[in-house]
Amino acid sequence: MNPRARIVLWVASTVTVLVLLFGYQTSTSGPLAAGGQKVISAQGLAGGTAAAPSAAAPSSAGGATPGPAAGSSGSAAPQAAKKVTGQVADTRWGPVQVQLTIAGRKITDVAVVQYPNGNGRDQEINSQALPILIQETMGAQSANIDMVSGATVTSDGYLQSLQSALDQAGL
Amino acid sequence: MTAPAEAAPARYVEHLMGMPISLALRGRHARDERGRAAWAAALAVLREADRVFSTYRGDSVIARLGRGELALDDCPPEVAEVLALGHAAERDSGGAFAVRRPGEDGGTVLDPSGVVKGWAVERAAAELRALEETDFCLSAGGDMTCLARDPGRPWRVGIEDPRDPSRVLAVVPVVDGAVATSGTAHRGSHLVDARTGRAPVGVASVTVVAASLTDADIDATAAYAQGPDAARWLATRPGRTGLVVWPDGTTSTVG
Repeated sequence: MNPRARIVLWVASTVTVLVLLFGYQTSTSGPLAAGGQKVISAQGLAGGTAAAPSAAAPSSAGGATPGPAAGSSGSAAPQAAKKVTGQVADTRWGPVQVQLTIAGRKITDVAVVQYPNGNGRDQEINSQALPILIQETMGAQSANIDMVSGATVTSDGYLQSLQSALDQAGL
Repeated sequence: MTAPAEAAPARYVEHLMGMPISLALRGRHARDERGRAAWAAALAVLREADRVFSTYRGDSVIARLGRGELALDDCPPEVAEVLALGHAAERDSGGAFAVRRPGEDGGTVLDPSGVVKGWAVERAAAELRALEETDFCLSAGGDMTCLARDPGRPWRVGIEDPRDPSRVLAVVPVVDGAVATSGTAHRGSHLVDARTGRAPVGVASVTVVAASLTDADIDATAAYAQGPDAARWLATRPGRTGLVVWPDGTTSTVG
């Protein structure tokens, strides 16, 4: 990877971190794991999942609106904000391009002009899907599930696993 | 949405890297030639990842790198990417997660397998994502990444009861995201806290839901390695939700 791609990637990952930090505000505003008694009805959650707003868009991460002098309030003389767009860096995931808004010597905004598809997805995903506790543990059939997540299943242990039962039902 | 509403998902299973790879497909290409071709392409991605990263193969790139026979610049770029992910996880988990572990000879062994699985499955899933009007859920040994095109019809992912793996104790509806679980139910104590070299105590399993399986898998491992601090640590992680099951069967929902 050439040095420029490295830098752009670094900036891109910083942006992701910024966005995730913003997302963190919302994701922890609910009650934390206090005893874990949060039981949510399936219906309510499915609806909430569908309507869940996405995390803060990258362009709003810096809090500055694009345009002249937007980010320089508080300084004596308004300075024109300058936008610098980096070159498109080809990553294995696809092209990444970052745009910085600079007022004076300060970066007031960071926007990602182009995301590789695989990462752009992170921006719009709801990760708010909460596990719904089942009042009494039950078998896969009665819980009406599609897949099973569990501690790593080896090929040796697979035949005894719930996932195996689901797979066989569909084969 | 033209996807047939109530058809049961088509199921595909193959064993790779010593674990079952299970795919559920529903919608337009669930049972046709294109769907099967995408499944084959996804498996090819996983095989290639195994070829590069397997610590069980002495001739893998990662094994040769670990022995100093290869320089990082001689490796495919994916190696740097995976190691960078591992180092970030190491930092974020306060060292509970590590890509180097103590070897039998007293030295260290380069072992990024805690990163590779989630990362590789997420790459493989790109082949399935390309199937129009088709939903997928791709699981490698109980860790999966899923997409449902219709948010009103999420995949329903059951979370296994670590004390009785024949039962599920929670369900996560997943529209577009990943679910990973760490614990010892099936393999015994294969996970250790990198700081102590011992298997963590005080937690039975940790399930993490995140946008990508790369993140979910790393965080499930890192949270589990922290034993009694698992839920507290997971709550500090951005964009994650999850379920921690304690040894007495009580649970904490995080999110």
